[in-house]
Amino acid sequence: MSEYILEMNHITKEFSGVKALDDVNIQVKKGEIHALCGENGAGKSTLMNVLSGVYPYGSYEGDVVYKGEHCAFHNLRDSEAKGIVIIHQELALSPLLSVAENVFLGNERTSMKGVIDWTETRKRAQEMLAKVGLENEDVNVPVNTLGVGKQQLIEIAKAMAKKVELLILDEPTAALNDEESKKLLDIMLDLKKQGITCIIISHKLNEIEYVSDSVTIIRDGKTIETLVKGVDDYSEDRVIKAMVGREMTNRYPEREGVEIGDVIFEVKDWNVFHPDDENRQMLKNINLKVRAGEVVGLAGLMGAGRTELAMSLFGHSYGQKISGKILINGKEVHLKNVKEAVKNKLAYISEDRKTYGLNLIGDVKENMTIAARPFFFSKNGVINANDEIVASEDYRKRINVKTNSINQIVGSLSGGNQQKVVVAKWMMTQPDVLIMDEPTRGIDVGAKYEIYCIINELAKAGKAVIVISSEMPEIIGTCDRIYVINDGEIAGELTKEEVSQEKIMQCIMAHNRKGDGNGNEE
Amino acid sequence: METKSKKVVKMDMKQYGMFFALIAIYVVFGFLTKWANATPMNINNLIMQNGYVVILAIGMLLCVLTGNIDLGVGSVVAVCGSFAGIIMMDYKMNMWVAIAVALLVGLLTGVFAGFFIAYLGIPPFVTTLATMLMGRGLTYTLLQAQTKGPFDQSYNFIGAGFLPVIKVPFGDGTMDLVSIAVAIVASVLLVASEIKSNATKKKYDFAVNPTWQIALKLALMLFIIWFFFYKLSRYNGLPFVLLIMVVLIAVYGFITSKTVAGRQIYALGGNRKAANLSGIDTKKVFFWVYVNMGVLSSIAGIVLSARNGSATPKAGDGFEMDAIASCYIGGAAVAGGAGTIVGAVVGAFIMGILNNGMSLFGWSTDIQKIVKGAVLLGAVTLDVLSKRKKG
Repeated sequence: MSEYILEMNHITKEFSGVKALDDVNIQVKKGEIHALCGENGAGKSTLMNVLSGVYPYGSYEGDVVYKGEHCAFHNLRDSEAKGIVIIHQELALSPLLSVAENVFLGNERTSMKGVIDWTETRKRAQEMLAKVGLENEDVNVPVNTLGVGKQQLIEIAKAMAKKVELLILDEPTAALNDEESKKLLDIMLDLKKQGITCIIISHKLNEIEYVSDSVTIIRDGKTIETLVKGVDDYSEDRVIKAMVGREMTNRYPEREGVEIGDVIFEVKDWNVFHPDDENRQMLKNINLKVRAGEVVGLAGLMGAGRTELAMSLFGHSYGQKISGKILINGKEVHLKNVKEAVKNKLAYISEDRKTYGLNLIGDVKENMTIAARPFFFSKNGVINANDEIVASEDYRKRINVKTNSINQIVGSLSGGNQQKVVVAKWMMTQPDVLIMDEPTRGIDVGAKYEIYCIINELAKAGKAVIVISSEMPEIIGTCDRIYVINDGEIAGELTKEEVSQEKIMQCIMAHNRKGDGNGNEE
Repeated sequence: METKSKKVVKMDMKQYGMFFALIAIYVVFGFLTKWANATPMNINNLIMQNGYVVILAIGMLLCVLTGNIDLGVGSVVAVCGSFAGIIMMDYKMNMWVAIAVALLVGLLTGVFAGFFIAYLGIPPFVTTLATMLMGRGLTYTLLQAQTKGPFDQSYNFIGAGFLPVIKVPFGDGTMDLVSIAVAIVASVLLVASEIKSNATKKKYDFAVNPTWQIALKLALMLFIIWFFFYKLSRYNGLPFVLLIMVVLIAVYGFITSKTVAGRQIYALGGNRKAANLSGIDTKKVFFWVYVNMGVLSSIAGIVLSARNGSATPKAGDGFEMDAIASCYIGGAAVAGGAGTIVGAVVGAFIMGILNNGMSLFGWSTDIQKIVKGAVLLGAVTLDVLSKRKKG
């Protein structure tokens, strides 16, 4: 038997004449963690769908060899029977069912046919959880009471219950913070010791560098190369070069000729309480200032309160018992609702574009103009359709949204282009202050670069830009100044010159210690 | 990509596909009934019988756009009709008071449902199931389970009356010149507005449809207009209900496509959270959608009671289902966020033509229900499958 557990040879898959995969080859050694890299739309997910039988045997050309056998999977069940389990980016858990039930979802422990053996289910679930470092979890609680990080681990436990030998993880850390991500990656290393082979798809190159033994890079449906740790150059820059097909000399474009002006956005003594619990203070005495032409970052761990801060500022969209002052262009403003916020030249580009940013069944034009419409594209409540078309076309070209026309449905665009539509929507409201929450999450390197260019353009136009990001290199690379937020408070302020990942973490740690260790881990 | 350079776009065939379906069904029943469904009187009946369903479908479309439905409309129709009846018959007040009270009652039921749905967050399905039960119960109580009537002719005019006519002899009967005049005006307006919209598109350098497509579309619309108006002119002229319908279609067509408030309903239906964060007060939108439904239900209630000349406890029974079905047959998305007023109206007429054709053909109402159910399921299935193919 060869050293490879999986060989996919000359895989070609067409969708109505368009080649999504073109002669792709990948070899995965037994017991290794193999990373799969490529820009969005490069064909990673298609390849994994071929492997797992979502695209049945016969619908593609080429050969899948698993454990020396030629495979002809017709559906997910076929591949799972062989021990190949895929965990998708969107979790396949049923939120209101218990942890134990989720672990054995579709794979129920039964006493006789069709009757669930609850004792066995709970006992075995506990065993599975122990394998993924969750031995202390109660298996009887509904799965939605746990955080996303733990839910992700439960997905892995679910795979373990299916006697997995080859585990495929599609963007497993996309929704996790650094700490949770680290934990998940360590679990992967642990699984490796137990002899399980993993394939990980990820955009986060630092994670790939940390966890994987080799990496295969796919671009435009073709295999570019496979790099092996310890043999080839395994640096992030090397991988990026292969992904985009050119040298990325600078991932963060330089901002040139930007004059930083006066303070145009100021927040004073901002306090916010949890929307469901009036005694739980989420944000404490936040004070911050942003100047015209300045890009300011809000760094912090997930759950630190950055999104909550942004949303509470943006027309009280989050929280209750809000107190404090907002000054825009030196004048105090009272932003009781989103409309007021927009009217006063504040814009908030939300995180998670699909949930909070876009009407996915609406077209590009509708999505771009919806927020600006009451102010710019209508008179007495009646829309001027032609102005909307002109403006949408203008923005489509200006920020390079790749779409057939402004009438294309937004749901059919790629992540990067969807993000550009959201950005255009808020640029159209002609704000002075823009808050961008995770502006590049889940989009490929090329689209990220374009988003950074847009940020620079906005700064050049004298806007105050606030960037919230969980990716520290991004915050460091794009911002002039950074506020570190921790546990609902500003833990520190760092200038571009002094900032580094270590400095940010130091701020957080110092703040945690000051909190006297009373912050509980949840 | 090529569309940009050539500045032409394909017509949205889906919208016109519905018109073709309407005509096809009509023609099929034309053959089956030896064109009994094409007599001037039958065309007139089609409009009068379906007037209230069309009115309800217009309001229902807004509910459907939010991704919900209103089950209570049939009961509200009955409640409003019985209030009008009691005002006129028991209190001997004039019809204007009756109409005002009926409208007010409709408004209040809308406010009631809207408040629970928008501000207390009770699911519309549950809220309107409750208003459906409560409304029907209230109607029986008010009318003591008896029919109230007959109403005065001046009130009945709303549901059964005709606009002024100028009749001249024509063929084996007469022809109303007012109907013909209106048809001419409508044709001119239609052609003029199409030319104007194309001129604007060219001015802004937007893509336009190929000329043959525009011509085909206009020909189809003109054919439908002239068919209807010619048939009506050969009967008693234009029914008053038609006027109400046309006004409502025009007003709501405008609101849903051209106003900020209208587009906010679509944005809400597409993604409520995103709409909230785009500055849309989604609670307010929900509230007004259901208030509006209440008011339109009361208009339908007035028209129905006027056509019957009485208020009956069973009035409007099952209308909510016809209105909902009309929206879905007319291409509205079940999950909300997509659909048009014209679609809902065409959907209502498809239902109406089916009913009418089957009655003329001698099928019982029991069979009719089976066929209507099948048509609804078929239409939505086609819609879903065609979308899946594209996606």
